[in-house]
Amino acid sequence: MENKQPLLSVEGLHQHFKVSRSYTVKAVNGVDFVIYPGETYGLVGESGSGKSTIGRSLIRLYNPTAGKIVFDGENISGKMSKSTEKHLRTNMQMIFQDPMACLNPRKKVLEIIAQGLDIHHICKNKKEREDMVYQILEKVGLSKEHANRYPHQFSGGQRQRIGIARALIMNPKLIIADEAISALDVSIQAQVVNLMKDIQKETNTAILFIAHDLSMVKYISDRIGVLHLGYLVETGTTEEIFRNPIHPYTKSLLSAIPHPNPIVEKSRVSVTYNYVTSGIDYAKGSQNHIEGTHYVLGTKEELEMWA
Amino acid sequence: MEKNTILSIQDLSISFTTGAGEVSAIRGVNFDLHRGETIAIVGESGSGKSVTMKAIMGILSSNGKVNSGKILFSSAKEDMEEDIDLLKLDKKEMRRKINGKRIAMIFQDPMTSLNPVMTIGAQIMEGMKWHYKTPKKEAYKRAVELLQLVGITDAEKRMKNYPHQLSGGMRQRVVIAIALACNPELLICDEPTTALDVTIQAKILELIKDIQKKLDISVIYITHDLGVVAKVADYVAVMYAGKIVEKGLVNEIFYEPKHPYTWGLLSAMPDLDTNDDKLYTIPGTPPNLVNKVAGDAFAPRNIFALNIDNRLEPPMFQVSETHFASTWLLHENAPKTEMPVELKARVERMLGEAKKDGE
Ligand SMILES: Nc1ncnc2c1ncn2[C@@H]1O[C@H](COP(=O)(O)OP(=O)(O)OP(=O)(O)O)[C@@H](O)[C@H]1O
Ligand SMILES: Nc1ncnc2c1ncn2[C@@H]1O[C@H](COP(=O)(O)OP(=O)(O)OP(=O)(O)O)[C@@H](O)[C@H]1O
Ligand SMILES: [Mg+2]
Ligand SMILES: [Mg+2]
Repeated sequence: MENKQPLLSVEGLHQHFKVSRSYTVKAVNGVDFVIYPGETYGLVGESGSGKSTIGRSLIRLYNPTAGKIVFDGENISGKMSKSTEKHLRTNMQMIFQDPMACLNPRKKVLEIIAQGLDIHHICKNKKEREDMVYQILEKVGLSKEHANRYPHQFSGGQRQRIGIARALIMNPKLIIADEAISALDVSIQAQVVNLMKDIQKETNTAILFIAHDLSMVKYISDRIGVLHLGYLVETGTTEEIFRNPIHPYTKSLLSAIPHPNPIVEKSRVSVTYNYVTSGIDYAKGSQNHIEGTHYVLGTKEELEMWA
Repeated sequence: MEKNTILSIQDLSISFTTGAGEVSAIRGVNFDLHRGETIAIVGESGSGKSVTMKAIMGILSSNGKVNSGKILFSSAKEDMEEDIDLLKLDKKEMRRKINGKRIAMIFQDPMTSLNPVMTIGAQIMEGMKWHYKTPKKEAYKRAVELLQLVGITDAEKRMKNYPHQLSGGMRQRVVIAIALACNPELLICDEPTTALDVTIQAKILELIKDIQKKLDISVIYITHDLGVVAKVADYVAVMYAGKIVEKGLVNEIFYEPKHPYTWGLLSAMPDLDTNDDKLYTIPGTPPNLVNKVAGDAFAPRNIFALNIDNRLEPPMFQVSETHFASTWLLHENAPKTEMPVELKARVERMLGEAKKDGE
């Protein structure tokens, strides 16, 4: 996989938000990673660590403060030409974390799902358009009858699947799935994950899978990046991270996974990690090679301590 | 109603009018909740979990109507001692006496319950001012405290933020802070931690547990995360197609499930040891509740279905003092059917871990 051209490469991505004159939120602070075609990259990390922001910067809902993003051979980080923008809008799709906030409440589901098709004039006629929508609805476990309802007439999980259908119908090269399945019951989660894997096999789509459910991340991802306070503190293959977590944040994250076993779970305590009292300064650290593709952010002393 | 029962839902049924016809979303739901206890409601997406909770809060959408049933609530606070049927209160009474003050709900979709043009600080203070006439200064102090309690750093600065300036998980925690602000007796959490990473999730769950112990409040959790259920629940109710199909103590549901839908649900969950090429899913799709359901709603997807399932709806069979399931498999004349072997193996593994843990 390593000698192939990456589909997406991100170098030194920074994304800051100026909230007021005296308060700037530094959401993302110099993040590097690549995603290869057909691969699933799992992005995990603390709430507020910048996961959604990275997704939104990639799809260019924000103008990155600094950094370079190359997607499918085209630089998408600066001002984009019309053709680059169209390329981005059709080939990269995001499934958003907050489904209600991104579905137009006054539009029927059919229109919402077909929106991308319409903007880019993908269907030849009405019949083809409808068939495509019905087909995708079925794939995500909804039915034809749902096409004429409005978003608020659905349960939370059904709504989430509308967002998934809207992204999948474009047949993109990269899907950014931001907590795309966490609102679904486990059986439908499994169904959607199986579906994503099938599509991936068929069309070699890559997925940036943002999630907090680590058992699902472990199951679906080839590689994982652990994000904390806008820094990638540990990266590697799924196997490397789960077998040999090094960074104290990664360790606390893995130890906090709830086990679906009531007797065990009622008495278990997880490892805590507090950045403020830990004495660690992410800005001082550098990426240290552990083995294979496994890297950890820290200073030499910190790494010795964690080993 | 029993003495320490805080909530008793009896024979609740609800339907919605839609373009495609009448949707029978809730088809006879029954459960009781005791003071200080926690029940988790799990089940298929679309099975009616959120609608049931909205009925408790008196906030069904306008195309919905209650066809039958009672929602009895008993408060321990001074100005209201008798059991009341929440379905009989009007909007104004609900707002003045119940919502926020005695029953607070954390909604599944945090964006829909936050006001986009109001700072989060003002939103946390609103309830305290309205229900208890708390002076502004005191309310402000308490709001900052609550934000810290739910793990938001820079709490004072964040008071001035608008919802869109927060991450998904932060918004969720603001909603939790709002719910806790008025010391409710019953807290309803609809997917409260779905948007949170596991470390903060653990923190919030422990926080709710703590408050629960201190104030003796009751909690209803709705969640798809069976790890969360294992951590917090005393009781579990499993819903399918507008009904509770199985309920019992958390250990009964996890280690001795009886309903084939519960078997499917437990089988579909991946754990850290799952490596299979495909995850298990329950075959088929849930019934369309626009149509009348004949017999057991789960029958078409149930490989263990009996003939009678297609004709007659199963009653609740009692398994133990606390455990009930609605499946004909529990009838004395039914062929003896065990849970699938893969699930059996998993349960055994879990019990093994539990035993090792105890040593
Ligand atoms: N306003 C409405 N109009 C029509 N149907 C509705 C409306 N609200 C809910 N429903 C339907 O009622 C059923 C139950 O919905 P509910 O939101 O309770 O599901 P849920 O169990 O909470 O699911 P999830 O886990 O996906 O949140 C669903 O089939 C849904 O489509
Ligand atoms: N438009 C915005 N204006 C100001 N601050 C913002 C904006 N969007 C995000 N932020 C801030 O950036 C940080 C990262 O937010 P982000 O949504 O990326 O987190 P996340 O990792 O996705 O968290 P979660 O798991 O809770 O969804 C947070 O501190 C948030 O408050
Ligand atoms: Mg997010
Ligand atoms: Mg719901």
